[in-house]
Amino acid sequence: MSADDLPRATFAAGRPTDVIPAASESLWRMAWRQLRQNRLAMVCLVILCVYTGTWFYAEGVYWTAKIRGVIPNYKISHYEIRNEPPSRAHLLGTNFAGRDNLQQLVQGTRIAFEIGLLTSVIVIPLGFVLGALAGYFGRKLDSAIVYLYSVVASVPDILLIMSIAYVTRSAVDRSPAMQSVTRYIDSGLLAICVGMGFTGWVGLCRIIRGEYLKHRERQYVLAARALGASHGSIMFRHIAPNVAHLIIINFSLRFPNLILAEVVLSYLGIGIANEPSWGTIINDAKQRLWLGNWWELGGATIAMFFLVLALNIFGDALRDALDPKLRTAEAKTG
Amino acid sequence: MTAYIIRRLLSVIPITIGVMFITFFVFRVVGGNPAYRIAGKNATATRIAQISHERGYDKPLFLNFRQFPRHLLDAQFPQVCWKLVHFDFGESVITKQHVSTMLLEGAGPSLCVTTPLFAIELTLGIALALLAAYYRGGWIDRGLVLLSVMGMSVSSLVYIMLAQYWLASQWRLFPVWGFESPRYLILPVLVGVIAGVGAEVRFYRTVVLDEMYQEYVRTARAKGVSSRAILFRHVLRNALIPILTNVIIAIPFLYTGALLLENFFGIPGLGRLTVMALFNFDDDVVFATTFIGSILFVLFNALTDIAYTWADPRIRIK
Repeated sequence: MSADDLPRATFAAGRPTDVIPAASESLWRMAWRQLRQNRLAMVCLVILCVYTGTWFYAEGVYWTAKIRGVIPNYKISHYEIRNEPPSRAHLLGTNFAGRDNLQQLVQGTRIAFEIGLLTSVIVIPLGFVLGALAGYFGRKLDSAIVYLYSVVASVPDILLIMSIAYVTRSAVDRSPAMQSVTRYIDSGLLAICVGMGFTGWVGLCRIIRGEYLKHRERQYVLAARALGASHGSIMFRHIAPNVAHLIIINFSLRFPNLILAEVVLSYLGIGIANEPSWGTIINDAKQRLWLGNWWELGGATIAMFFLVLALNIFGDALRDALDPKLRTAEAKTG
Repeated sequence: MTAYIIRRLLSVIPITIGVMFITFFVFRVVGGNPAYRIAGKNATATRIAQISHERGYDKPLFLNFRQFPRHLLDAQFPQVCWKLVHFDFGESVITKQHVSTMLLEGAGPSLCVTTPLFAIELTLGIALALLAAYYRGGWIDRGLVLLSVMGMSVSSLVYIMLAQYWLASQWRLFPVWGFESPRYLILPVLVGVIAGVGAEVRFYRTVVLDEMYQEYVRTARAKGVSSRAILFRHVLRNALIPILTNVIIAIPFLYTGALLLENFFGIPGLGRLTVMALFNFDDDVVFATTFIGSILFVLFNALTDIAYTWADPRIRIK
């Protein structure tokens, strides 16, 4: 922290609602400064970094095996040591096929992050573009998009996710054109991401639409229009940077729910088939818990617990830091 | 106001049509002719043709242009809608029962679980939220918020498994599986409350805190009202508006049932029925549950908005 940073920092800490951004200070820097003062959020950030590191490591293991054309270590069965309790060689014991549980959990981290990313690849463009169009143009286009998301929101979630996932999966498995994709991505993973993506965009769309409704009346938009900027340029170059933080907030709050949803989908039998995800591990461990095999369920639950917890807490802190409207005075810092 | 209410209630119609269109599209268009699945693997072509004819799968999907214009609507989608509007839900291909009887039989067990679950969760959620808000910033508040978030971070599946394993199987406090007496309901409700109360506490705490920083609270404090009286007499009454809307919006989900709880604890409710129907491509059952579910959802959504304007005179509808 430099010397001239200091007085403003203390000022920001004292009365967060009254901070008027100095011309040179972006929303992101202000948010970062506020986040840094939240000790719990910082702890969560460290946890998230550890998980991200694990994810990169798991991707490394996965891709090395893929490129070399060999079966990765975590998939090789050792039936002579199946269902063993934790030991020095296998810190979390082994599963029904004698695979190391810790390695399975590490790969589960990879799947969890891949679900978050792949789903967002669908949710963010869809929700953002539709929300922006609806909010910016209003009138009939707005009514049409509002109708569309009301319908999607009114279909029971589980029904829509299951059927989209089912259809995607059978389509992907059948078409030869998709073979090049499924060589790299598990078709079950792709299916649930498409399913959750096409049901999950509604929330983001609503938020973005509301913001665009507000922003299109603002001075800077009127000024841009007076200068002859096109609709596309106003929507995506002028307004978009002012609402972009909402996408990040939405993502960080949606991610933990996706991880939890994957467990339920696995239980229902629509999920990842050939890779160890936390959902499949938990569901596999179900019967063995009754045989006194607690390490499998315990390991997966704890691995999931810390990631979801850190995401939840950090997501909240991020929202408070990035969205000054929601900063109801001291309320949220409590 | 009356015009607004009527407009809101009428919005049920186009949305329900849209919902049915999506469901129909998934189950009949993308899924293919259901007769193949009903007939099984070793069916003959005549058998499939027979089933298709009996259940109307051989008709055009959306509009019948072959017999234009007299029988334009003699097609699958208009007929599905037409039957649903008359509450004629057809019969299940699996159990051969009338879908309406199945729905009626399933509603009871579902409500037996969801109603106490909802009531306990709500009371506990609001009580804890008020406690947290009263001691805001203190260790009670922080502890409660942290506990809620921790509770939300464990999969509900894990709660169910642990409860079944320890409480029911090891300590024999409750029956593990079945639906025979009220005793069988204790464990599912308990698990449901534990899994769900965290989110409630967090939501209601935000609601209460939003009210606490309003001007009228400052005024009340300035004229010497005790903080307890402020919380219960001023803040809680104002916070009731968002609480009320949140309660109304949750009512349709009481009917759709708790899928995981029903499955794990062997409760023959609607959640279980829906999932079984989905897996078996039992289209009449799926259409019926989606139809009723979406009507309830949209209807109660509209009611929420109406309740909002009724409970809060500050809101005026154009």
